Amino acid sequence: MSSSATVQADDSKPILGFWIYIMTDCVLFASLFATYAVLYKSTAGGPSGYQLFALKNVLAETLILLTSSFTCGLAMLAAHRDDRKQTLFWFAVTFALGVAFLTIELTEFRHFVVTGNSWRRSGFLSAFFTLVGTHGLHITIGLMWMVILMWQVFKCGLARVTIRRLTFLSMFWHFLDIIWIFIFTIVYLRGAIAP
Amino acid sequence: MIEFASLLGKLNWSALPQDPITAGGAATVVGGVLGVMALLTYFKRWKWLWKEWLTSLDPKKIGVMYIVVAVVMLVRAGTDALMMRTQQAISVGSNHGILDSNHFQQIFSAHGTIMIFFVGMGLMFGLINLIMPLQIGSRDVAFPFLNSISFWLFFVGVVLVNLSLVIGAFSAAGWLAYPPLSELRYSPGVGVDYWIWSLEIAGIGSLLSGINFLTTIIKMRCKGMTLMKMPMFVWTVMGAMTLVIFAFPILTVTLTLLYLDRTFGMHFFTAGDGGNMMMYVNLIWAWGHPEVYILVLPAFGVFSEVVATFSRKRLFGYTSMVWATWAIVALSFSVWLHHFFTMGAGADVNSFFGIMTMIIAVPTGVKIFNWLFTMYRGRILFATPMRWFMGFVVLFTLGGIAGVLLGVPAIDFQLHNSLFLVAHFHTMIVSGVLFGYFAGITYWFPKFAGFRLNERFGNYAFWCWFIGFILAFGPLYVLGLMGATRRLDHYSASLGYQPLFIVAGIGVGIIALGVTAQLLQVFVSIRQRHESRDTTGDPWNGRTLEWSTPSPVPYYNYAVTPEVDNRDPFWAVKQARTAGVAVEPQHYEAITLPKNSAIGLYIGIFSFLIGFGAIWHIVWLAAIGLFGAFVCILIRCNDDHTEHHISAKKLEQLDKQARAQGGLA
Repeated sequence: MSSSATVQADDSKPILGFWIYIMTDCVLFASLFATYAVLYKSTAGGPSGYQLFALKNVLAETLILLTSSFTCGLAMLAAHRDDRKQTLFWFAVTFALGVAFLTIELTEFRHFVVTGNSWRRSGFLSAFFTLVGTHGLHITIGLMWMVILMWQVFKCGLARVTIRRLTFLSMFWHFLDIIWIFIFTIVYLRGAIAP
Repeated sequence: MIEFASLLGKLNWSALPQDPITAGGAATVVGGVLGVMALLTYFKRWKWLWKEWLTSLDPKKIGVMYIVVAVVMLVRAGTDALMMRTQQAISVGSNHGILDSNHFQQIFSAHGTIMIFFVGMGLMFGLINLIMPLQIGSRDVAFPFLNSISFWLFFVGVVLVNLSLVIGAFSAAGWLAYPPLSELRYSPGVGVDYWIWSLEIAGIGSLLSGINFLTTIIKMRCKGMTLMKMPMFVWTVMGAMTLVIFAFPILTVTLTLLYLDRTFGMHFFTAGDGGNMMMYVNLIWAWGHPEVYILVLPAFGVFSEVVATFSRKRLFGYTSMVWATWAIVALSFSVWLHHFFTMGAGADVNSFFGIMTMIIAVPTGVKIFNWLFTMYRGRILFATPMRWFMGFVVLFTLGGIAGVLLGVPAIDFQLHNSLFLVAHFHTMIVSGVLFGYFAGITYWFPKFAGFRLNERFGNYAFWCWFIGFILAFGPLYVLGLMGATRRLDHYSASLGYQPLFIVAGIGVGIIALGVTAQLLQVFVSIRQRHESRDTTGDPWNGRTLEWSTPSPVPYYNYAVTPEVDNRDPFWAVKQARTAGVAVEPQHYEAITLPKNSAIGLYIGIFSFLIGFGAIWHIVWLAAIGLFGAFVCILIRCNDDHTEHHISAKKLEQLDKQARAQGGLA
């Protein structure tokens, strides 16, 4: 077996493994969506989504996250061109967009909590904070991962194994984007319809 | 929520055992651990343990560790069973038996939890690690390091369950901790949190194993092994791991939500404030029902291998076996509601799930018939693995019929929550899962130990288990029909239950004799290993690839990866050899194997800190755990020297040596 064939065979295992992992994460979110669907009317006398959600913020969050997926794609293209500077630049942009997204989300959460509508208020709010918060937690992990990989690219350049890790990160990032689209639709748009 | 302010969270001196029963349990755990440590020190085996076992990434070694832990847990949870049945046999009228209600509840919760998660799953993952890579002609699993993490997370689950005997208490809310009972309001102690975190951590380990083994089967089969040439055991593992991947994330979510309710005052499953406790029951069974098939499918695989080998015949109906496996995989997600027909979902929903429950019995029936047809006109050798199989067919069929009965919603309304149900699922799990893995361990034991298990003691063990089982659970069917509910720690003499409970208690005693016979079997076999040494690598006249290796299997499994063009590749090779076809000389190439690593173990330790911190609300401890685990992963990712190479020449030398020792040409 030629050496390149060995390396390829080596790579296909982690790639398949990572796809399967993403599938498990998908099931995890599916369970949370199901919980939300069961509980979104259980406001227990508290506010409903219609009263709480500010769609302007959500639009900003959506645009920011979609743009970050695009810049993440640009970063990957640069990585495959073996262009270290561009890779770092586009990942830095992606990182900044991710932080902006999280800031808006946390500001929204904080606003809910200080106005007396925390996760303790009702079944609906428990499900809301858990579903959206789990997505936010994933984004946070993605950002930490991004910093580590950027440091690796900065220090060691674009070695094969680094490109593979970047590929996983970008898969993860795009996956979170897709989950967000569902949150946007099922939680916020559905919530904005007058009851 | 309030205790977060304190440095040690909820932990204080009152967490230590306060009464004789818990003190006895605690003393057993502490004594057991100290005893093992003393033995290791006395025989100077610490370094050996560390180098050969704890840090090993060899799936065979990890498999043995799983099985050892599972066997210890079988004894622990079996002791629970003995205590429960003793209580039920004597606690009538004015006699209140040996346990109070609270202990009785903790004991049945622990019994169920341990038997499913740490005995069933442990034996299953152990056997998969041992056999699956060998059967597909591979040297390793896809992610050896991840495999070690999986094992250590499993082990942390075991530690947490048993630690609850010493510090604090275990859950008294049943093995699935239904709310609202498991909510903070009704279970204010740490018991339910112990339950949550031991399963959460072990469950993540199982999920990682699922990803690992599925990738292994898809990507690492040897040349020529197309899907339809895979051994049946590999097929069933593939089905079970697919189920793991779909089911375990649901468990992770469900446990997390319950913890959020208990700790952060959320309202997922609370009785008021918009919570919905029936959602918990739906979620836990959407994981729980597939879990039953996760446990039993690989056992079906074991039986398929055992029956074909000991009948000297090709497995009957291979293709239908494969389809039956995948039919079970698909259908197992469409029957979960039969666990709570009485929830009040309505007649239409109940009918649907009732019908699906009956349909899922069909592929299982297909398998039973295939095994029987494999035996038909075979030259059957009644060795111990075959006895376990015969016991299984009898009990599993009876239990399955009881299951179809329970699948009729109208009957279920009468029998739910009764001992009839308890008898049914024990029949399925003991005969299906335990007998299956016992057969597997006996069958493959020589492959790893290099000598066979003693047949005489194996025979005693089987008959004790089989007769003991019928005595222990036969009466439960009757008691269930008489109206005895499950989890009963006291009853009135006028009900007439006592004679049957005494019979059931005697049955459990006989099963305990069976376990003793199994432990003696291992002991005697080690003593007599020179007489029962397996010098051919093929003690049973096997059919699949693993029997072409010397026993015990070298750490690299195959010096030269095999090529197959047959479903029973080793059988075909043996036939060709008898027909005088020359064996081609081996062509050796350099191979790469993973080095040992202790980082999986360290990640286990840090996960333990996360779990312990979360149970007792010790925030800083959980934070250290999280940070430590994170650093461990970083270190591993930046380590470029995780593999070592064996040159072609060295490999040839090792192989010839192993083959000469193993008596292979």
